[in-house]
Amino acid sequence: MSGVDKRDITLTVNGRPSTVSVEPRKLLVDVLREDLGLTGTHIGCEHGVCGTCTVLLDGRSIRSCITFAVQADGAKIRTVEGLANGADLHPLQDEFWSKQGLQCGYCTPGMLMRACEIIEQNPDPSPEQVREGIASNLCRCTGYQFIVEAVCAAADRMRGEEQRPDQATTPTEAKA
Amino acid sequence: MTTVNRPEPPPVRTHKEPRNWVGKSIRRVEDPKFLRGRGGYIGDMTLPGMLHAAVLSSPYAHARITGIDTAEALAAPGVHAVITGAQAAELTDPLPDFGPNPAAHTWRCLAVEKARYVGEGIAVVVADSRYLAEDARALIEVEYEPLPPVADIERALEEGAPLVHEDLGSNCAYERTFQFGEVERDFAEADVIITDRLRWRRSGGQPLETVGAVADFDIATGQLTVHTNSLSFTSYLFMVAGTLKIPANKLDIRPMPAGGSFGSKLFATKPTVIAGMCSRAAGRPVMYLEDRVDNISNCDHHGSDRVYDVQLALMRDGTMRGIKIDTVDDYGAYIQFGVGHHGNALAQVVGPYRIASVEYRVRAALTNKNQQGAYRGFGSEVNNWMLEQIVDKAARELGIDPVEIRRRNFIREFPYFIPTGNVYDSGDYDAVLDKALKLAEYDHWRAEQVKAREERRYIGIGLITAQERSVFSATEFWFWFDKPGAPVTSMPESVTLKVDATGGITATLYSCAFWGNSPETMVAQLVAEEFDCDPHDVSIVYQGSKNGLPATGPGGSRTTVMLAGAVEGAAAKIKAKARRATAHLMEASSDDLEWVDGGYQVKGSPEARKTLAEIAIMLHLFKHSFPEDMESGLEESKVFDHPYTTMPSADRKDLGVFYPFMGHACHVPVIEVDIETGRVSFLSYAAVHDCGTLVNPRSLAGHIVGGTAQGIGTALYEEYVYDEDGQLLTSSYLDYLIPTAMEVPELKIGHHETPSPWTPHGIKGGGEGGRMMAPAAINVAVNDALAPLGVRLTELPMTPDRILAAIRAARESPR
Repeated sequence: MSGVDKRDITLTVNGRPSTVSVEPRKLLVDVLREDLGLTGTHIGCEHGVCGTCTVLLDGRSIRSCITFAVQADGAKIRTVEGLANGADLHPLQDEFWSKQGLQCGYCTPGMLMRACEIIEQNPDPSPEQVREGIASNLCRCTGYQFIVEAVCAAADRMRGEEQRPDQATTPTEAKA
Repeated sequence: MTTVNRPEPPPVRTHKEPRNWVGKSIRRVEDPKFLRGRGGYIGDMTLPGMLHAAVLSSPYAHARITGIDTAEALAAPGVHAVITGAQAAELTDPLPDFGPNPAAHTWRCLAVEKARYVGEGIAVVVADSRYLAEDARALIEVEYEPLPPVADIERALEEGAPLVHEDLGSNCAYERTFQFGEVERDFAEADVIITDRLRWRRSGGQPLETVGAVADFDIATGQLTVHTNSLSFTSYLFMVAGTLKIPANKLDIRPMPAGGSFGSKLFATKPTVIAGMCSRAAGRPVMYLEDRVDNISNCDHHGSDRVYDVQLALMRDGTMRGIKIDTVDDYGAYIQFGVGHHGNALAQVVGPYRIASVEYRVRAALTNKNQQGAYRGFGSEVNNWMLEQIVDKAARELGIDPVEIRRRNFIREFPYFIPTGNVYDSGDYDAVLDKALKLAEYDHWRAEQVKAREERRYIGIGLITAQERSVFSATEFWFWFDKPGAPVTSMPESVTLKVDATGGITATLYSCAFWGNSPETMVAQLVAEEFDCDPHDVSIVYQGSKNGLPATGPGGSRTTVMLAGAVEGAAAKIKAKARRATAHLMEASSDDLEWVDGGYQVKGSPEARKTLAEIAIMLHLFKHSFPEDMESGLEESKVFDHPYTTMPSADRKDLGVFYPFMGHACHVPVIEVDIETGRVSFLSYAAVHDCGTLVNPRSLAGHIVGGTAQGIGTALYEEYVYDEDGQLLTSSYLDYLIPTAMEVPELKIGHHETPSPWTPHGIKGGGEGGRMMAPAAINVAVNDALAPLGVRLTELPMTPDRILAAIRAARESPR
């Protein structure tokens, strides 16, 4: 890649500043994955429709597959790797687990970041608001229903209204 | 009627009661890594020195390749190799192909003399990065001589149509008419014959992760290691080694988690072969990961694309007598799985109904399109749709209530052999229907519908009752032929269980890569059920193909049943050894011991017991405490073969038992059609499924909702649209419309459990979930809504354009 014009940019990802030298054409998602080793952000459609590559840039969700990394110079970026606090999952991650808000897990990081933004903008969203909010992101596995349940449950917990669910066997679904 | 003597079914099993873990909606053991973004998908993998491949695709549907100039591409920065189709044909042999006549419709990893569809690979570039590979790809000069394409299913079979494969001499890759039972008699005795012409257009799995492989060829050992998100049919992987021209024992394919499949990662060998070929050529590890356009246009896994002419013979009271099905299926340019999709259909061709005779004619058309492969349902979901449309039409024409016509024909005695020879093991269709009518508030919605019609609103209720066959046998791929080339019969699944010196249990799975299904959770729950441990304490690992036991992987809703059999078998061997060890340690008779709560104890003396951990440490470390013939350690494997397969008759009037564990479901969507815009919106959706004994109700519910969402896509939105020139008009998600959260309603889900008499715990497969039912149900619902206008939709997807066209046509034609 010698001879290609590169730019030094600084990205603060999950609170940690990094300076990387990138080609102007390099996409943000590729810089996150390849230069910074943060492979939690996935690539789905590569044309900005599916939302799999969603990260938060200065607090707002963006599609990192159609954003050049140089456009993010100086920005604060949050990715799925920044959600958990060590061994403790973020309430969104924990509720996605409890409600089975994921199957293959591939859209999950983008969906979690979008859900973060939804709750940050409205700490008490209705199921309808969550449904409309996550319609930005495609999930091919779940049919979205358990994602909506998980986001609502996480919002409840983050407002301090609900307890952490039992780890082993929740949720038990009554056999009809 | 049948020309074979049916072998006796397997013995009826008794199922363990009560169960501690099977039946509980535990949190899935797979999930924590995915929730943390540490899934370890194929795209996340790097190896030292790894290069990246990009495939150049044909822009023409049908064109002769008259020249390729790669010089400029080869000289581009960072490029290590450029391989054309002609060069690839020297480096590799044709891809594994289960089609009717592989020598005449030869399928290779890159096109050689001509391109047969838009998207077909022409050449591949290997470079330091994907960016550089794509830069160089743009520098390849290809000379094409465009040929007239054939992109229409019926035109393809006409005399004089352009030939997709000249060697075949025809675009009809397969044709046969089967008769099962006394079809002509049943039609002659019937009061009415209902006829229908139906069109199901192609859609596909479209997982958000594409298919990919990282290949690493070691020139020193001749060993090729390939990591891929498609690993299945390990016993057939020698064919991939053959394609790559290496000895089968030098190929190791290692599974990576798949970011969704829905069938589309079933035995997807092309990325593995391309990556393997490139790694050998470049002398470095190579990643080939499809981009989205590759996955839409060149994935080899488009779904069914069928025209049906159907006739249903009934008595005036609604009793169904016989059915004649004539279908043409557009397979695209190649036909790697043959017409196995129609084997799926024949497994449950009569649905839940006592239809005594079946005529089934199938023609496989080849066209200039991406080929068909697997999509959730594998062709049986199309049969469900076809059957429910004609049953619905019959009910309407005979003036019989849609619930009543179904009840009048339900199968109620089990096991039940359908005319094709397949068996339905068990079921309770009335119970499922009753539950669904209640859950759906069916009477309420019928009343609402009457009110709405008075207000000129078009509400429809889409009641359907349909089958979900599970656990296929190999026979469905070859019973098509009187003299099949390879009448194989093995489709096993294997598990190894190891109890370590502390009593911790590790389960090894073979080929059963994670697809978004829950193989690890299923195995953990089944192991916990056997050994009374917490499923979250069970460790699960995957073994690559080379040192692996035979395994088939997901497909045809087989995983849970087959893994249950393997776990049961391996656990029985572990327990037998542990029992003998305990008897020896406690100087008791084996017969006096019983397994209770995680250990063996003397019957009637619960204080005299050894836990599994106590037994395990002795077996691992204290060899001389045991008889000479007891080996150290505590590890056992089970290769579990299909529990119930019988062979087809020589005359193929009976296809034998090949898909015996028969699930069932009733879906009741309530929709409203806006007749000004053609928009369909959901007012309610209820679904009751019976997949036998539930292992994890929540995860099955996930399959039901997720599958229904895909079925909504099939019914209303998703279509790979090829124009008459064979151009693909839907090569991005701007045009190929996958339902978002706003298009998928909240489902009311009910479960019913009719255990299978022949599987561990009575489990049946349920992985294909709602997609088996939803297209049929939504079509019936739309037709129910528009019935007052005399409109009936017979083509999927029911896009607004098609709905409006049907309404216009009805207005313009005299009723």
